[in-house]
Amino acid sequence: MTLNQLTAGESAIVTKVGGEDMLRCRLLDMGVIPKTHIYVRKVAPMGDPMEINLRGYTLTLRLEDAKRIEVRREEPTA
Amino acid sequence: MIFALIGNQNCGKTTLFNLLTGSNQHVGNFPGVTVEQKSGAVRGMDDCLVVDLPGIYSLRPYSSEEVVTRDFLLNSKPDAIINIIDATNIERSLYLSLQLMEMHIPMVLVLNMMDEVIGNGGSIDIKLLSQKLGIPVAPISAANNTGIDQMLETVIDTAQKRIYPSVTDFCEPGPVHRCIHAVALQVEDHAAREGMPARFAATKVIENDTDIVKRLALNQNELELIEHSAAEMEQECGMDRNAAMADMRYNFIEQACRDTVIRVGESKEFQRSLRIDRVLTGRYTALPIFLGVMLLIFWLTFGLIGGTLADWLAVGIDMLTAFIDRGLTNYGINPVVHSMIIDGICTGVGSVLSFLPLIVVLFFFLSILEDTGYMARVAFFMDKPMRKIGLSGRSIAPMIIGFGCSVPAIMASRTLSSRRDRIVTILLIPYMSCSAKIPVYAIFAAAFCPDYAAIVMMILYVSGILLGIIAALLLKKLGAKEVTVPFIMELPNYRMPSSKSVLLLMWSKAKDFLERAFTVIFVATLIIWFLQTFDLHLNVAIAGDSILARIGRWLVPLFTPLGFGDWRIVTSLIAGFTAKEALVSTMGVLLGTGMADLPAALSSLFTPLSAASMLVFTLLYTPCVATIAVIRQELGTRRAAIGVVIMQCGVAWVMAWLVYHIGGLL
Repeated sequence: MTLNQLTAGESAIVTKVGGEDMLRCRLLDMGVIPKTHIYVRKVAPMGDPMEINLRGYTLTLRLEDAKRIEVRREEPTA
Repeated sequence: MIFALIGNQNCGKTTLFNLLTGSNQHVGNFPGVTVEQKSGAVRGMDDCLVVDLPGIYSLRPYSSEEVVTRDFLLNSKPDAIINIIDATNIERSLYLSLQLMEMHIPMVLVLNMMDEVIGNGGSIDIKLLSQKLGIPVAPISAANNTGIDQMLETVIDTAQKRIYPSVTDFCEPGPVHRCIHAVALQVEDHAAREGMPARFAATKVIENDTDIVKRLALNQNELELIEHSAAEMEQECGMDRNAAMADMRYNFIEQACRDTVIRVGESKEFQRSLRIDRVLTGRYTALPIFLGVMLLIFWLTFGLIGGTLADWLAVGIDMLTAFIDRGLTNYGINPVVHSMIIDGICTGVGSVLSFLPLIVVLFFFLSILEDTGYMARVAFFMDKPMRKIGLSGRSIAPMIIGFGCSVPAIMASRTLSSRRDRIVTILLIPYMSCSAKIPVYAIFAAAFCPDYAAIVMMILYVSGILLGIIAALLLKKLGAKEVTVPFIMELPNYRMPSSKSVLLLMWSKAKDFLERAFTVIFVATLIIWFLQTFDLHLNVAIAGDSILARIGRWLVPLFTPLGFGDWRIVTSLIAGFTAKEALVSTMGVLLGTGMADLPAALSSLFTPLSAASMLVFTLLYTPCVATIAVIRQELGTRRAAIGVVIMQCGVAWVMAWLVYHIGGLL
């Protein structure tokens, strides 16, 4: 599945970062690389973009770009 | 000695720069690009210059900010790099540090916000971290002004003794390691010729930085060998080269942090931000609060504070003018020179200065919004609607400021990250009807429909916005091929802004405006004065015979199709070029009525339809000379600024024509 399919409050691990040139490099530079844990904090009031937490900080990206990030959903550890 | 100050956005870089240099800062642009370059001597050390480089996350050549930083380091060879990072966000921040370490320049890592780390029960083993990274590490808190002196000592020591980063190998033995070393050997002599460290050159070539590849002047054979090494690495890692390099860097960072950084859960600042965001970016609260904040800022800027300051300033200028006037009259100076000094120079200086309180007050609020982290949130929740017209959420703030005054609005567009967004935003700002046009609307509304004045205003504002949206959509269509910068933005924790940073920003914006806009506005006012004062034989003109009136008469045919082909109106429109307020006062003078009788005079001169056409024309035609001056400054070329003027006038003419003729059919 891809990052944009997650809803607020869900966690996932990045498995693959797609996208072209600039988008991809920017994601990689910001620490979105395979094996990174991501927590989806919220989606903006108008439904796009989304707000995620990773590596101890907060990042925002558009759903369209989040579509290029493949993730594996982590079940919440109760 | 020259120190380069480098760091991510939101890491406290500007606060540190202000602490180091105080007010002896010089603001300029990097050659050829509109990226701001700030530099200043360290307080008490005139021989130490700090250059504040733009806030970046990586040295990839994708944005002009990144290219500027890379080229500055390669070409100017500073004596030391001061790499400031947010210690509460150390992992992501060190990513840039590793790239800087490859540049083979003495470097100190400055851990900012250490107070927050410790306040949350965390810690960082400075000594061990310094050992693992192979560079000196200095903990500080720029906001509390602690650790700065020791940091400066470390920086100077590192620069004087030329202590280079001792760790340059970030990879464990494996495919990435082999590839970088193989390529480094291949490009070694090319890199040496260009004065570039071999490892830096190697990683850039692997990451396919075309600029660096070109500079290294590698031949076909060498390029193929490098490509071969990289392809082999990709195959062995199961990742492409960019991912492999990022992975290598983050692995090294994770390892370095594992033994040195103790972090205790979510920090207080983070939790506080979450609580604030529940309201400020909440589903139902985000927009109303944003509108409320903007309205409050407007009211304070153009009403309570800025307006009052502007009034005081006007009183001061009037008193000074009256004083000079009396002096000149007593001296019995030639009336033309007298008029030049009073009506030309004093008016010119006055009109430049009248913008100053607005700029200062507006930037006071803007820098607070920016420094607290609220602007990033606004960009976050306004991104979706703005993207529909081909912009990003970042453009919303400058556009809204445009309703107050285009000058600070255009100056504020500098915070936009892509050049394309910046240009489009600047082109759209004139469509946001500025507050100086209100007197024009008010006087026409008073003349034609005094009962519906508010509705007339509303219609004008909304038409401006709609036309702006149409223009944006057209620009989007035309520039479709252009690469859009991805909207991937950090949302920093909310923080209290430092009063020093806010004050220094106000000061620098005011200075910036005075220095660069002064001449243009001043000269334009003098020219208009000249045209208004003399007739074609350079004799002092009787009203209605001046060169300006001649030009007005000469242009009348152009305005007849719009329904207001009267030379007095046309002349007023030309006068409105210096400042929109001048439009009404010139009409008053030329029609020979005072302000009070102007509405009556207008209602005999215009039909309701031609008045509507005139209002639409006023809404859209050329922005005032101060706006044009800052457009020229921000877009960088005179041609672009003239283009904006012509485009605006063209749009205004067409729209006024449509209003007059379609309205005539109804």
